Amino acid sequence: MLFLLFLSSGLFLGWSLGSNDAANVFGTAVGSRMIKFRVAALIASIFVVIGAVFQGKGGAETLNSLGMVDALAGGFTISLSAAFTVLIMTKRGLPVSTSQAIVGAIIGWNLFTGRQPDLGVLTKIVSTWVSGPLLGMLFSALLYLLFKRTLSKIQVHVIRLDTYIRIGLVVAGAFGAYSLGANNIANVMGVFVHAAPDISLDFGIFVLDGTQLLFLMGGLAIALGIYTYSEKVMKTVGNGILSMSPEAAIIVVLAQAVVLFLFSSSSLSDLLMHIGLPPFPLVPVSSTQVVVGSVLGIGLVKGSREINSKSLGGIGLGWIATPVIAAVFCFFALFFVQNVFHLEISNPLNNIAGQQIAVDTPERTSKAINLILPGIILASAIIIIVFIWLLARQQQLRLTAENELLHQQNQLYQTQRNLNSMEISSMQSAYELLNMKHESKRKEFIDMANNLTEQRLFLDEINKLLDESLTKDKLSDYQESIQNIQNIIHQKLTFASEKSTFYAEVEKTHKDFKIKLESKYPDLSEHDKKLATLIRLDLSNKEIATLMGISPKSVEVSRYRLKKKLGLEKDSSLIEFINQI
Amino acid sequence: MFTFRQADKSIELIDSFLDKIDQGILLFKEGVSNYISGNQSSFQDNLKTLSMLEVEADILRRKVENILYTQSLMPQLRGDIMKLLEELDNIIDLAKKNLYQFDVEIPLIPGELHQDLLKLTDLAFRACESVMPASRAYFRDPASIKEKIHRVYLYEKEADKLADAIKRKVFHDMHNLKLSEKFHLRYFTLHIEHLSDAAEKAADLLSIMAIKRTI
Repeated sequence: MLFLLFLSSGLFLGWSLGSNDAANVFGTAVGSRMIKFRVAALIASIFVVIGAVFQGKGGAETLNSLGMVDALAGGFTISLSAAFTVLIMTKRGLPVSTSQAIVGAIIGWNLFTGRQPDLGVLTKIVSTWVSGPLLGMLFSALLYLLFKRTLSKIQVHVIRLDTYIRIGLVVAGAFGAYSLGANNIANVMGVFVHAAPDISLDFGIFVLDGTQLLFLMGGLAIALGIYTYSEKVMKTVGNGILSMSPEAAIIVVLAQAVVLFLFSSSSLSDLLMHIGLPPFPLVPVSSTQVVVGSVLGIGLVKGSREINSKSLGGIGLGWIATPVIAAVFCFFALFFVQNVFHLEISNPLNNIAGQQIAVDTPERTSKAINLILPGIILASAIIIIVFIWLLARQQQLRLTAENELLHQQNQLYQTQRNLNSMEISSMQSAYELLNMKHESKRKEFIDMANNLTEQRLFLDEINKLLDESLTKDKLSDYQESIQNIQNIIHQKLTFASEKSTFYAEVEKTHKDFKIKLESKYPDLSEHDKKLATLIRLDLSNKEIATLMGISPKSVEVSRYRLKKKLGLEKDSSLIEFINQI
Repeated sequence: MFTFRQADKSIELIDSFLDKIDQGILLFKEGVSNYISGNQSSFQDNLKTLSMLEVEADILRRKVENILYTQSLMPQLRGDIMKLLEELDNIIDLAKKNLYQFDVEIPLIPGELHQDLLKLTDLAFRACESVMPASRAYFRDPASIKEKIHRVYLYEKEADKLADAIKRKVFHDMHNLKLSEKFHLRYFTLHIEHLSDAAEKAADLLSIMAIKRTI
């Protein structure tokens, strides 16, 4: 329990590293919206943990050999001092590196305990502070030239290139995260390595020893930092300092990943030694400073003015200020821990300067735990859960798609229904129009028939008068009778022409009335309009009948129909209504 | 996440869109030539085909826009690409509008202006035509844009000069024309000139986009 309490400062440092340094790997990708934060965080977390667990030992050993921190309280104070240095400097907007802070804190511990730091190791570490950014610069410049040449040669379409870049960002990001975990886990857990539990867990495919378990915890703390706080940093960094094209972002991330990998891979060091070349020191380096170096590398090749003294000055300040502040902070913190809490900040047995430290006490025995079966069960459970989740997601997607389809079909159906109802109403209108035309024709025929009857009656009357004339004996009577017939015919002819003149005049003087009537009641027939006009003239049924050439009874029927068409009640006055129009 | 299928589909749509613009400006040139030579049926045919191409180009542009935004392709470049497609679409829109104006307003073009207007149309056409290879180059070989767009500027400048000369000729030398006819001719000269201006605008945009694409 006490171990976990002391470890908390390391975990805090891990959280801080995750929230800040993951932006160096996925900042541009997330900031430029090429990759979603969720995806970036998952990839970064997985690969940071893998890197930390499987390749983190080299850097941690170097860091440990610098100060040989052999007491938990000492490790706790060192970590806490480094974490606070990082926190304060970040708050003040000063460039800071976790690696330099932890080295400074270890030196502070050395100064406090009076132990001599390993100057060889210190030189090795300090040299990487310079060589790290320089190597980043070199790699990014080389990668930039390679990318530029390849892109101009293959002439890939920009949209296809976009897809390649996305894949590239994920792959480079994964590599970057792996290297970050491998190299920087030493900063987080390096000072606790001596206190790592002496157990080993056998997962069948791989075995994790106590140090690796410690690194696993550190890796998880980094992952927690990535998930909880790095989104904001990624978006800020992606749109700010690292606001560059996605192509350049891949180069920078790759260059950074390669540098961190070189400074953490013990296999590569062994290989270099094997072929007679000087190995890379396994030292934690600052990923931020390597990134700045990589950006400068691209700027150098492009010949742009991106190299500013501010960036270089920032790195320089980081080299000096961070370790000094961390050392001073750690020194005072150790004094406080030792004298106030009376905790052991170093092992008195090892307090002889220059003596090789035996970290493991003879009493400690290695305990191996076989986790193959639980591992298989856990893996199977995870696979089943993932499978069920995928199935459910697929089902949900299918349902959403079906819903969308149904919605669209429904909309289509509604549109069709509206269209159909419009068609029906237009058909109905056409039908009504036809009916009206039919009715008007029927009335015309009736009028024609009435006229014919009237003319027949008139002719009958003439015939009768002629017959009577023929019976006249006296010539004068005969002539008078003929004259009378002629007058009747003349009257009849005059009336017909007068009737048409009368209608023309009436229409002319009551033009406005007719227009109003037509606009208000478009369904009225010509017969109705004529009747309404005559009613407006205040003519009697008999007069109207004569003018219209129909019987007075027909006028009454027409008036009744007109009243109905105008929507009047039975008791309302048609004359009043028409006069008001 | 990595949708090669969507990428290939949008490439196909963009290529097809560029083909429509290319064909559209060619039809515009043919249309003006047919109008001036009094070949009415061919002119009507050109106008009809150009209208169809313009509608198709609009549809294609919207489809591309839809894919680029819904599939989150090229978040940093899609704004520029859509702006380029809009500028190119503007060229075919202008070409169609111009041809419609010929059809609706039936401008009287005196015989002595025939050659000048044909030459102006040719210059405007060449300016627009020269934008096309540069636009295509943006997608595959942005480094070559610069060497392609200088022609656009040349043709645009020449079109400006000729348009000025035509307007001067109409107002200073052609006394037999009514003022209304002179105004009418000035407007049609302007309409054709605007086409080369639209090409220049697209070229300006392309030159900036080319810089942005350098890594």
